[in-house]
Parts: sequence; C-alpha cells; structure tokens
Amino acid sequence: MASSTYIADILRRPTGRGLIARLKGGDEISYLVTLACAVSIFAVVALIVGELWVNSQPTVKAFGWHFLVTSEWDPNNGKFGALPFIYGTCVTSFLALLLAVPLGVASAIFLAELAPPRLSNILTFLIELLAAVPSVIYGLIGVFVLLPLIRHYLVPGLRGAFGYLPFFQGSFYGLSFLSAGLVLTIMVAPFIISVSREVLLAVPVEQREAALALGATRWETTWDIVLPNASTGIFGSIFLALARALGETMAVTMVIGNTPRISASLLSPGYSIAAVIANEFAEANGDLYISSLIFLGLVLFALTIVINAIARILIVATARKAGG
Amino acid sequence: MTMEISGSRKLVNAVMLSLSGVCTILVIGVLFFILGYLLIHGVKSLNLDFFTKLPKPSGEAGGGMANAVAGSGKVLLLASLIGVPIGFFAGVYLAEYSGKTFAFLLRYVVDLLNGVPSIVMGIVAYAVVVKPLKHFSALAGGIALGIMMIPIAVRTTEEFLRAVPNSLREGAMALGATKARTIFTVVMPAAISGLTSGMLLNLARVAGETAPLLFTALGNMFWSKGYLAPIATLPVMIYNYAIAPEDDLHQQAWAAGFVLLTLVLVINVTARMIIARGPASQRR
Repeated sequence: MASSTYIADILRRPTGRGLIARLKGGDEISYLVTLACAVSIFAVVALIVGELWVNSQPTVKAFGWHFLVTSEWDPNNGKFGALPFIYGTCVTSFLALLLAVPLGVASAIFLAELAPPRLSNILTFLIELLAAVPSVIYGLIGVFVLLPLIRHYLVPGLRGAFGYLPFFQGSFYGLSFLSAGLVLTIMVAPFIISVSREVLLAVPVEQREAALALGATRWETTWDIVLPNASTGIFGSIFLALARALGETMAVTMVIGNTPRISASLLSPGYSIAAVIANEFAEANGDLYISSLIFLGLVLFALTIVINAIARILIVATARKAGG
Repeated sequence: MTMEISGSRKLVNAVMLSLSGVCTILVIGVLFFILGYLLIHGVKSLNLDFFTKLPKPSGEAGGGMANAVAGSGKVLLLASLIGVPIGFFAGVYLAEYSGKTFAFLLRYVVDLLNGVPSIVMGIVAYAVVVKPLKHFSALAGGIALGIMMIPIAVRTTEEFLRAVPNSLREGAMALGATKARTIFTVVMPAAISGLTSGMLLNLARVAGETAPLLFTALGNMFWSKGYLAPIATLPVMIYNYAIAPEDDLHQQAWAAGFVLLTLVLVINVTARMIIARGPASQRR
C-alpha cells in the first residue's frame, strides 16, 4: 500500500502548491511568457487584417466593387479607380516571370545537376546574397544604370525586331512597364534559383543513375526524368517569386513612371498597386483618398496571401513525394 | 562495346547544358555588376562628411547623412526590441512546448505574415500609430519593421532549438532541472551561435526596407527630436535623393547605397559563416 500513497502524494503535490510558489519556480512563467508571445502573433495578423478592412471601408461604401474595375484616378476630383494599378502590377509581374522562370530554372539545373558540389555551393551562396540586396538598391541601379542601357540598346533592338507588335509601339522615355519588368526579373530570379535547386537536389540519385544506365544523355536525364519529378516544387518556387514580384515596391516605384495609364505598349509609363501606395500615401489628403490607398493595400495583401498559400502547398507536396 | 549516341542527341545535350551554364553566369554577373558599380560610384562619393554632417538645403553642394545613419540605427533598435523578443519566445514555445495542431496553425500564420508585402506593414503602422498620434514618428517606423522581424525570428529560433539533440534535454531533466531551467541554461547555450546569426540575418533583411518607412518614419533633414518625431533613415534617403533632379544628390545616394549594401552584405556573410561553422550544421 505504500506505493499507492506515494503516487497519490506526487499527484497531489502540484495542486498543493499555491500559484505564487509555482511561479517562483520559473517553469510556469516561462510557459506563460512563451505562450503569450506565440498567441500575440495571431493577434498581430488579426490586427493587420482588421486595420486594412476598417480603414478601407469609406472607399468600399463609396464605390463598392466598381473601384476595382474603373480606370479613372483623379484624387483632386474625388475619382478613384484601381484598374490601372492592378493592370500595371499584373503586367510587370508577368513580364518578370516570363524572363525569370527560364533563366532561374536553367540556372537551378546547372547548379543541381551539372556543377561540382563545391562550385555549386559557392555560386548558390553568391545568388543568395543577390536576394539579400535591398530593394531600394535595385531601384538605384535601375534608374542610373539599367534605364540608359534599355534606352540606348534594348529598345532600338526590340523595335527593329518586333516593332510591328503592339507591345513596342509609341514613344519611349525610359520609365516604363518594360523597365519595371526587367528590374523585377533580376530581383525574383534568385528566389526561383535557390528554391528550385533545393527541389531538384531532393530528387533521388537512383532516378538519375537508372536513366543514365539506360543510355540517356545527361540532358535527357534532366529533362525527362528529374524535371518532371521536381515540377510541383518548381511551380511552387514560381508562385513564391510571383508573390514577391506583386508586392515589390521600391524598385518598381523608381522605374515604372508613376502614371496611371493602361496601355498595351510595354514602352509606356505605368503604375503599380505598391508604387501608388508608396508614392502618394504620405501626401494623400482627405479620408476617401487615404482609404482608397488602404483598400489597394488590402487587395495586394489578399493577392499575396493566396499566392503564397499556393506556393507553400506545392513545395510541401514535393517534399512529401521526395521523402516518401 | 560502346553504345552509340546519335549526333543530334549529343548536340542537344551539349547545347542545353551549356545554356544552363550561361544562365548561371548571367545571374552571377548581375551580382558582380551591381557590387562593382556601387563600389566605384559609392567610394568616389563617400567621405568623412557623409558620417558627420547633416544634409545641406536643396541646391547647396556638400553635406552628409549623419542623421540618417543614426536614424537607421535608432529605428532598427526599436524594431529589434519589438520583433526579436516576440519572435524568439514564440519560437521557444513552438520548439519546446507546443502541441501539434497549435504548432501547425502558428507556423502557417507565421508564413503568412512573412509573405505580407512590406508596404502593407507601413499602412498598418500608419493606421495604428501615426493616425492616433497625428504625426509621423520613429516609433511607427520601428513598429512596422518590428512586425516584419517576427516571422524569421520565430522560424530561426524554432529551427535551431530543434537542432539541439534531445539527449541534452533528457540529461538536464534527469539531474532534476525544471523544464524552464533546461531550456534556458542547457538547450539555448547549445544553439546560441545559430540563434545569434539568425537574428543578425533578420536585422540585415529589414535594414534595407524602405517602403514601410515612407509614411511612418517619413524622413527628416535635421536631427530627430526623440522617438515620437519624424526621423531620417538611410533607405528612405537613398530613395528621395535618387529621384531628385540634382546631380549632387545622386552622388550622395550612391554613397548611401554603398554604405547600406556594405552593411547588409557584411552581416549576411558573417552570419552565414557562423552558421556553417556552428554545431547546428552537423544536422545538415
């Protein structure tokens, strides 16, 4: 019977101590503090959503969903339409992906499949540094280095080759969709490369060995065997890059031209959601003006959340496949 | 005995493989181009005045960005004071206490927070701090950047604490240590190099953030008066000077860009070297 009283004694002990005594031990404090911090993160996200929602209500009430599909932006006369910004964000992001996906996936293939591990690690390290360069620095380089290059070499060349297409019509002053798209390309490529490389490396070596043993060339092995295996994860990296491109602010603001205009020509100046918020928020006067900009922020928030979620699901799915 | 591979297949193989190499060189080339260009233009425009003098009024040559250098330091300090403790303790909770469902939810929300565009953080800090106080302030900028630091602080803390072998925890517990004592005196010291470098990387990431500061910290041509007044920061100065029409300001922007990029890259390289050498790397 002695053992059962012993156990009962232990069971009774924690409740027997007062709250103060337990707190003195430090255990409860550390539990409560860490729990409070963890829970506060939910509160922060709720705060973000709540503030965006509440502060954009004036615009929602005044324009409703029309806000998203009208294209007139004239703050002085109280006219607010978000379409030019949504258009600009989509065009520049799409252009960036169009260029960065082939470039990024090809580089990832080189790093994962061809380069000796040592070289691959060094190059990946350098590419990850490229991802750490602040956005405003890309903007600086974009304005003073890229714009002159685009104006003197790229645009005359493009006009010569594809001048008949609607994308390359009209006059060109440097600040444009095209410039913004190119700067974004440089900015998102490192993300595609480092995530895709990880995904490619996760494909089992046996798959490659089997293909090579059957007489496939190195490229055939990569293209027909490794890439299909890694495709979900690579799509994940593309969505990750897309989310980044949509939300990118400074570099785009500095080279897009900040003109609310919808034009098929990539050479025309434009505007993006993030750029209009960055450029006009501090000087915006009037509740409706500010709330329209905040509503644009809410749109951007919702877009990036959805795309990030898709990216995560795709990357996790590949990791599971490779693991199991 | 050798198997023949047809000429066209060999050709495709060679062409595609070299193309992938060319793409890599192109991307790396961009990095060196940016570094080189900033180095040349930045060093040329950089002098002692940059760190000791205030900006000159528009139209006058010379001057520096002493207030912006100090301002960036101040805002980053505020951000770290807000973001690092919350993220760190939440990470401890995830690694040491949390049940499965809660951990899944929290990780999901943290990832979500990590994906929020920085400009949106600016809007939130504006709505929460600037609007009620009715003026732009260093505090608002610090809060915007602080929230941005939370996700990475959580994930690095969790990752590096999990990397500590369980035998250490069991050993401490077997000696009679409480759970809190185990975590803070046994597990944490074992993970300290990873934790430090993770937080450094986190700081480097927000050090270059500009968008959330534009309408929170705003900017200031003079020394800032305390934490509730507008304050100059390096990234915002670079932006304002780069889009200004004067050539002299462009030179200053290059100098500031050089200082900022050097800071960010030095922190990055140091932190990565610490991680690569630390005990946590055995896991990989």
